[in-house]
Amino acid sequence: MLLDVQDLHIAYRDIEAVHGVSFSVEEGELVSIIGANGAGKSSILNSLMGLVPARSGTIRFRGEDISRIPSHVRARIGIRIVPERARVFPRLTVRENLRIGLYGIHEPAKEKERLAWLYELFPILEERSSQYAVTLSGGEQQQLAIARALVSDPKLLLVDEVSMGLMPKLVDQVFEVLQHLNRERGLTILLVEQNALASLEISRRCYVLETGRIQFEGASEVMRDDPRIREAYLGL
Amino acid sequence: MSDYTITIGTFIAIQAIVACGLNVIVGYAGQISLGHAAFFGIGAYASALLTTAGGFSFWGALPLVLFITGFIGLVLGLPSLRLKEDFLAITTIGINFIVVSVFLYVPFFGGALGIGGIPRVILFGTRLRGTPFLFLCLAFLAAVQLVSWLFTRSWSGLACFALREDEAAASSMGVSPVRFKLAAFILGTAMAGLGGALYAHFMRFISATDFGFPMSVMILSMVVLGGMGTLWGPVLGALVLGMLPEVFRPLTEYRMFLYAALLLLMIRFQPGGLLGESSLARQIFSRLKGGEKE
Repeated sequence: MLLDVQDLHIAYRDIEAVHGVSFSVEEGELVSIIGANGAGKSSILNSLMGLVPARSGTIRFRGEDISRIPSHVRARIGIRIVPERARVFPRLTVRENLRIGLYGIHEPAKEKERLAWLYELFPILEERSSQYAVTLSGGEQQQLAIARALVSDPKLLLVDEVSMGLMPKLVDQVFEVLQHLNRERGLTILLVEQNALASLEISRRCYVLETGRIQFEGASEVMRDDPRIREAYLGL
Repeated sequence: MSDYTITIGTFIAIQAIVACGLNVIVGYAGQISLGHAAFFGIGAYASALLTTAGGFSFWGALPLVLFITGFIGLVLGLPSLRLKEDFLAITTIGINFIVVSVFLYVPFFGGALGIGGIPRVILFGTRLRGTPFLFLCLAFLAAVQLVSWLFTRSWSGLACFALREDEAAASSMGVSPVRFKLAAFILGTAMAGLGGALYAHFMRFISATDFGFPMSVMILSMVVLGGMGTLWGPVLGALVLGMLPEVFRPLTEYRMFLYAALLLLMIRFQPGGLLGESSLARQIFSRLKGGEKE
């Protein structure tokens, strides 16, 4: 078990946003959490990254409880996030944004290899490598955010609402890349999405979150045919 | 050069050093500080006490001065780990007032009389004054610029930039906010300490009021005017704000008015500073370079 979350509660001051969720991700899996706006999806991801403190519950990563360690340490042990709305560093160049992802990995040879691989995956980033990130389009910023998270060769990639604000064609492209990374590279991905259809298509298993609680869970294939899911989340 | 020009030049060089230090904290690491003059003062008092009561030479005292200001900078930088923008601004103002009060009311620091009889800097057996001292200050300014440049090229610099841009995103990339904010405070305050030491041995008499809140505002204005986060911005800012009072001397009555008008115009038309991104100077420069930019 790569990631095992038990009875996670997340609260913002007095208001509890996530009321005890439990889920797990196996090595090599692509798992998605879907749910409406405000269901607590992003809170869960941010709490896994250490950006939002968990009120109670345990988060085990490779068997170790990480729920009390700061986010930069979690990043070092192999958890990386593609944040909601990309959050690239606007006044740094594309290359500098990627170099930040390599912080703590002092191996020049590896650095070059990783960059070459990412430029192959996202050719536009090589073209724009000396441009400030703020000058990139929304889709390009999203690609940069993914590349920045991948550059350190993470063990678990958290992806937060990657489709938000992207045009449909780009959404497909980004999802294709994620699927490719999972299938060909064996990268473990936990995806959080409002776009239920697209995420059910690429993920193996899925959790459905409703107002801070997991309502359904199961294989994505089965979910796609479940009438309750179809009606509530797929609009079919 | 006349004595007058040399004196003004020395002041500008010293203030440029202090402004460069503030630029590391505000410009590179994005931590607002409105109390930088406190560290300018701590450096000046440390060097003054070590060379008068302590019997050290300027050169013997200097490493200690840098250590003391850097260490106090580290301790007083701790609030920055918990406070954001406006609260940090107010806290740093408070730190400035507290440091000035300590200098003023603790007899050890000479009280209201300050510290006098500070020896001149001796280099190769000569007492530096006038032009040679100006060159000493310029040499230190060059060293500070070199350190700043190296810092911007280093991993630590890049980590600070990332923290300035987005702290949460940076920490989820493995950058420790604690470590690099404090590193910026240590480096920036040590530079202020260096400026303070030079100031003490230039004036040879210092008192607490030299390092009050208005001085902090002045230094911050230099950084903002020249361009926060740029290498040469603080130096240019110190040059402009150091010379303005002299240029406007015939208009003494209107000096503060002109000074305020200048800052307002800057904020309205060149918010990134004279050398900031998308500033007029940058645009002209990139056009002269042949319009490489798209």
